[in-house]
Amino acid sequence: MSQIAFWGAVELGLVYAFVALGVFLAFRVLDFPDLTVDGSFPLGAAVTAVLIIAGVNPWLASGVAMVAGAAAGIVTAILNVRFRILNLLASILTMIALFSVNLRVMGKPNVALINADTMLSPFFGLGLRDFYVRPLFIGLLVVVAVIAVWRFLESDAGLAMRATGANARMARAQGVDTSRQIYLGMALSNALVALGGALFAQTNGFADVTSGVGTIVVGLAAVIIGETLLGARGILIALIGCVLGSILYRIAIQLALSTDMLGLQASDLNLVTAALVTFALVLPRLRRGGAA
Amino acid sequence: MIKLNDIQVIFGKGTPLQKQALNGVSLTVEEGTFVTVIGSNGAGKSTVLGVLAGDVIPTSGQVTIGNQDVTRKGTAARAGLVARVFQDPLAGSCGALSIEENLALAARRGESRGLAPALGPKRREHFRERIAELNLGLENRMRDRMDLLSGGQRQAVSLVMATLAGSEVLLLDEHTAALDPGMAEFIMNLTQKIVSERKLTALMVTHSMRQALDFGHRTIMLHAGEVVLDVSGDSRKTLQVEDLIAMFRKIRGQTLDDDALLIG
Repeated sequence: MSQIAFWGAVELGLVYAFVALGVFLAFRVLDFPDLTVDGSFPLGAAVTAVLIIAGVNPWLASGVAMVAGAAAGIVTAILNVRFRILNLLASILTMIALFSVNLRVMGKPNVALINADTMLSPFFGLGLRDFYVRPLFIGLLVVVAVIAVWRFLESDAGLAMRATGANARMARAQGVDTSRQIYLGMALSNALVALGGALFAQTNGFADVTSGVGTIVVGLAAVIIGETLLGARGILIALIGCVLGSILYRIAIQLALSTDMLGLQASDLNLVTAALVTFALVLPRLRRGGAA
Repeated sequence: MIKLNDIQVIFGKGTPLQKQALNGVSLTVEEGTFVTVIGSNGAGKSTVLGVLAGDVIPTSGQVTIGNQDVTRKGTAARAGLVARVFQDPLAGSCGALSIEENLALAARRGESRGLAPALGPKRREHFRERIAELNLGLENRMRDRMDLLSGGQRQAVSLVMATLAGSEVLLLDEHTAALDPGMAEFIMNLTQKIVSERKLTALMVTHSMRQALDFGHRTIMLHAGEVVLDVSGDSRKTLQVEDLIAMFRKIRGQTLDDDALLIG
């Protein structure tokens, strides 16, 4: 694997770290299997791309993308909490609807951002080579996001959200409005995922309506790889695990694809992903089996 | 003070499975009174607690806690007035959170929750002191996950959790039923100590007539959704378990077929 390919994998891993953090909030904190992310990731990309092309400041555009993602999460939460649709199904409905929404936002299936100013533009040409600048910049954003999510989950408000996912009855008895926590959690989760989409569009130079397919699996893979590697040792470690898992996942995929011996090609990506996630899911079980 | 006024609870109204769980229950408990509630299975004990906690919204009647009419308020909305310890040790706390995080959660019961860290040094110290009072050695395990504790330890922590924030009433739902006899006795004595020290208004549902008479100031018996016995003061002091059983037979005019009532 060349140096460029390696740093490219790290960069993509860092972009998807936002997805992993969002998936962690939904799946692990709230215990809400949320597939909305397959729609909110390209939504973030679409909103950002369209706004940047329209001349909006890329930071503002990314902020709007997060708001759009939060709105998508709230739609899923409304379907689940208010209309009592099973959580998984509610999120699938939103995901399907978002495909059309994303096409409407962009007006076509694909928007190019090649020569537009992005969040990263000011940092190119400062002496560091581009393939270092991108992961460095996104890495800094990831650190900020991890610290913010960590501080939140260890605050009074965050404890209420964690209790909602862990023991809703107890949470209510402690005065926690569990419905509100689901709204809030789904909004936060999908805002993070949409930010991932926004950064994806800006680092790759395009937004594509199909780029969301399998986002949930990638996010879940990152969360599970992180858990397998670092174990359950508190919130901060779990969040770092999400980021690490996301990066390692991309490197593993890159390795698998660039090893000629295996004879894999880019179109095998989804198969490799599924195999990797299955492996990460089965590994802890095999370990336990070995110990017993 | 808590007040139930002619509470009717009908589950599954208008369906073939319709069940009258409470049939005109009226009850006034003065501040600082510890009431024990007995009755056979299906008598309506848990429903009474549910009505007070907000889990069950009555079909008709009025619920007053403190000076507030809470009849239509849900569990979360009235949590500031009601503290609870559940029968199932796993139900009253979060296994996935640490001991101190559970305490932090309970310390803000019924209050708004902001973005300030849940566990500052001051709060940590306060929680540690409260847990140390239990003499279970848990003060050295404050960062352990709650699900590493035994059922009895969890109930003990739940009792502390119930008293961290103020409340108008403490509801105890057979909170020793799932414990071994030794631990049940420890939890009962702890309950007694906490309730009398803090002069709490408390309602304790129990399956044990012995417990019902040994603890508290007043005992009520429910049957088929109605209050059939209500004793307090001197008449309660001289009351024996055997008298209670005899009374139960007299009131209902039937034999007692629930062994659980006789145990203890």
